[in-house]
Amino acid sequence: MTRRTPQRESRFTPRRPRRASRFALRLASLAAALGAWQLLAGLKVDLWLRFSQFPTVTDVARTFADRLAGPDYWTDLTDSLTRILTGFLLAAVLGVATGVLVARSRLAEDLLGPVLEVIRPIPAIALVPVAILLFPSNEQGIVFITCTAAFFPVLVSTRHAVRALTPVWEEAVLTMGGGRWRVLGSVVLPGALPGIFGGLSVGIGVSWICVISAEMISGQYGVGYRTWQDYTVVNYAGVFVGMITIGVLGWVTSTAVELLGRRLTRWLPRTSYIPGARTPRPARTAAASAPVSPTAKEEAPHDQLV
Amino acid sequence: MTSSSDLRSPSRTGAGLALRDATLGRPGAPVLEGVDLDVAPGEILTLVGPSGCGKSTLLRTLAGLLAPLAGDVSQDRHPLTGPAADRALIFQEDALLPWRTLRANVELPLAIKGLPRAERRRQAEDWLERVGLTEQSRQLPHRVSGGQRQRAQLARALAGAPRAVLMDEPFGALDAQTRAGMQDLLVEVLRGTGATVVFVTHDVDEALFLGDRVALLGNGRLTAVRDVPRPRDRTAHDDPARVALRRDVLTSLGT
Repeated sequence: MTRRTPQRESRFTPRRPRRASRFALRLASLAAALGAWQLLAGLKVDLWLRFSQFPTVTDVARTFADRLAGPDYWTDLTDSLTRILTGFLLAAVLGVATGVLVARSRLAEDLLGPVLEVIRPIPAIALVPVAILLFPSNEQGIVFITCTAAFFPVLVSTRHAVRALTPVWEEAVLTMGGGRWRVLGSVVLPGALPGIFGGLSVGIGVSWICVISAEMISGQYGVGYRTWQDYTVVNYAGVFVGMITIGVLGWVTSTAVELLGRRLTRWLPRTSYIPGARTPRPARTAAASAPVSPTAKEEAPHDQLV
Repeated sequence: MTSSSDLRSPSRTGAGLALRDATLGRPGAPVLEGVDLDVAPGEILTLVGPSGCGKSTLLRTLAGLLAPLAGDVSQDRHPLTGPAADRALIFQEDALLPWRTLRANVELPLAIKGLPRAERRRQAEDWLERVGLTEQSRQLPHRVSGGQRQRAQLARALAGAPRAVLMDEPFGALDAQTRAGMQDLLVEVLRGTGATVVFVTHDVDEALFLGDRVALLGNGRLTAVRDVPRPRDRTAHDDPARVALRRDVLTSLGT
């Protein structure tokens, strides 16, 4: 531990801002944006762009606090999350399964390919009428639309990833006496995982767009529904609360997908260079003599890998 | 048939492989025609030829990954129908599954055989020790050197106790020194397995050092099969018979 500290320092001599100062910079950027908003809306600036009707940051914050205290906000939140998670998980399973099938079997490609290619360009939200016709309840319709939205990015990226697999991996398993299921489980799925996660990341983003739009059109409860309701009753502060909620939820879910993906594809040669995985560099030489214990703890699993 | 078996005391018998008047290649693109070849149980047969002459195609056919376009391929007089654990294939490079540690890679053929986890682990550790990779057994393939990866591949192939080992220029990407070390290691770990080996290389010296016999490929044909005097003997390099054979081989390869 103490042995490698000086080495670590010299390795990172190119000027990298410290973690704390980077964090401060980010906070400052956020604060500046909010401050500009508050000023423009508070002074009711009308210079071509019209801020006179805009709720101020404090208005929005007050409404947000009220909403958080009430029961509806949490119902909306769980409803939207249930819909997106159901739809997205279905899409992940179906997308990976179909993608593998289409990539590995010419018959499946001929049978499914044309249908999929025709449906793919249709924006999922345009399927609302179809969903209403097909499903007895709105709830199922929204899940269907969310699922369709995420399905295609997952399908396409899985198909590409499976086709791009190194053939010797499969040949190696075959000559060890492995059958088709062994090849699927030991080569195709793990090998395609980095590509699959690319599709999942795109998919979760598209899912949010579609779940919110579908809720706006046909939902009962849900963040999208609430946001649209607020708009129709001219509660602009409420609309902003809805938008912020959507933003935060989208960010949290896509980060979750991203982190899961990184964890599962840790074997990739590149993963060791993720900036987040680096231990903070001691700022001053004086501080270097007393490395903090969390640093050492963080490094232990990494060292095992090396 | 050859001078092979004084080296090893086969506890299991190697597989006898044979090609009869075989045309090999991908459908519509034959690369080798009229191939007649017998590989005796337990021998090491090396295949040499210029690149693109069909060495790898021949090896993949013996592995059962490619069906012959014409003629017969058989193992112990039974026609080959597809790949099997009996015939392990070792590739030039990057055939280890990159998401598995070296040990997990070596465990794979044992898992396919259905061995219980503890037994797999024990045997895998054992094989890794034999090829000198005990230290690296928990590492991912991209964390170790090219030579270590090839040693791990060797361990993985032999862990499944195959009756034939087919090697496709396994040391081709290594530097000369590592390569010589790997050849010695190969001879050592093969001892006692009794496995038949078909070893493809474009390096004539490697072919003459390892092979009981050397088969020459060129111009879409199998041109000759020659017995090697004193195989796997480093001191035989200057043996007049060996020198003469080396000259012959180089001439017939047109270099």
